[in-house]
Amino acid sequence: MYDTGSTSFMLICTMLILFMTPGLAFFYGGLSRRKNVINTMLMCFVVIGIVGLLWVVAGWSFAYGGDGSLSWFGGFDQLGLNGVVSKMLAEKDAVPDGTAYPTIINICFQMAFAMITCAIITGSVAGRMKFGAIVAFIGAWVLVVYAPLAHMVWGGDGSLIGDVIGALDFAGGDVVHISSGITGLILCCCLGGRRGFGLTSARPHNVPFVALGAGLLWLGWFGFNGGSEFAADGTAALAILNTVVASSAGLASWLVVEKLQTGKPTLVGGATGLVAGLVVVTPGAGFVEPWAAVVMGIIVSPVCYFAISKLKARFGYDDALDAFGCHGVGGLLGGVLTGLFCVPELSWTEHGGLFYTGDPSLLVSQVLGILVTLAIVVVLDLVLVAIVKAAFGGSLRVSDHDEALGMDFSAHGESAYPAYTGMDA
Amino acid sequence: MKKVTAVIRPEKLEELKDALNEMGIHGMTVYEVQGCGTQRGWKEYVRGNEVMLNMVPKVKVELVVGDVQVEPLIKRICVVARTGEVGDGKIFVYPVDECVRIRTGERGEAAV
Repeated sequence: MYDTGSTSFMLICTMLILFMTPGLAFFYGGLSRRKNVINTMLMCFVVIGIVGLLWVVAGWSFAYGGDGSLSWFGGFDQLGLNGVVSKMLAEKDAVPDGTAYPTIINICFQMAFAMITCAIITGSVAGRMKFGAIVAFIGAWVLVVYAPLAHMVWGGDGSLIGDVIGALDFAGGDVVHISSGITGLILCCCLGGRRGFGLTSARPHNVPFVALGAGLLWLGWFGFNGGSEFAADGTAALAILNTVVASSAGLASWLVVEKLQTGKPTLVGGATGLVAGLVVVTPGAGFVEPWAAVVMGIIVSPVCYFAISKLKARFGYDDALDAFGCHGVGGLLGGVLTGLFCVPELSWTEHGGLFYTGDPSLLVSQVLGILVTLAIVVVLDLVLVAIVKAAFGGSLRVSDHDEALGMDFSAHGESAYPAYTGMDA
Repeated sequence: MKKVTAVIRPEKLEELKDALNEMGIHGMTVYEVQGCGTQRGWKEYVRGNEVMLNMVPKVKVELVVGDVQVEPLIKRICVVARTGEVGDGKIFVYPVDECVRIRTGERGEAAV
């Protein structure tokens, strides 16, 4: 007999996570310039199309197929979701022991993770990347980078990062935020800055969109972190509680940083702090106590603020909508802090956080896990970039002229606000 | 007839409308405009990054009045729209050749 409570919980969480990708489209769309908003939002929406398709074709199988004997890869046995329905029917007749809900839910649950991860990347390349090139890159990335990485972290016994190294990642610090943030950084470095980057700065064209998107992400994140317990139980409740308090703390501390640094708190800043708080608690959501989640939220905003306002200017990379500054940096910090604050009884391994045990083993595993993630992502990304670049005539970016016209017009022939002036002609 | 164009601070528009009404001037065309002049620009911060904005939002009020009304109108605008800080705006006066009220076909100052 399935646990119907957990079954419905997982179905609802899946739907909440699916909602994050359109939410991110609003978050990024509002941050972009008016002439690029269609392109920015479509880069998120198109991920639904690409990943939805490829997850069925091979993504699920590469991540969670096979017999679990490989430490870095699933298998080829479930390509095209082969055998999924017969397995579901067989399970129904004789529910295996310890199975709380139909395992078919995992396919969609994990697909929703793959979607939001790919969508996060697009923030770094906004305003200048060929649309075909980002579509091709994401199609390749989800199969070549995301799926194997998900296996390495969440593949169970024998998986490279999750088991052999023993790093904890409750809901996707390594898999989702570090991988997407670093990929964003690599792409924006390979692309180069937008025209006039550093001379004329682009500012968000629709701040209420940013707030709307942040709100949708906030809602979806409860499914993201809560559902990563894979059961409707106390740990799921803890994960959701931690998600709320870390994001609250992140929002508050971002506003304080802004007040101190520039004199005025902003809505874009508050929304960014909220998301940074969500990111930092993701790897530790079901492992840490609420006070620790608050501490994580308070710390993450100044760190991300520093990365976005100082590091970016210092090194001159044009991470347009701060996928790296927010997700990459927040994910790195969250992974490390999980090694400090993990309650030993909640840990998936025999090691607890340094704060409780005085034993640095988990912290070392967390750092190792992050380093391995970075190495894999950086190497594979550079290979993919080279291939996609070659396939698109040696350049990932549109011509200067098209960029100046705006991506909406040059790449899509669509304008976001045709009746904005009141003239509906 | 003259066309009087005043570029003013947006927050002064309501006050100016009331003042013009008191003077018996009811017709005007108002534009939201952006421009630059002595006021230069201002700074905003996006995630701690400085954004320089050098096009300042202003409101442009366009009025056509009879010759005798021009001087009192200018004086009134100068009183109402003035703060004394840089960025109070400018007034331009142009000659107008003809004016036609479309509904009645009236012409000249009668149509204004």
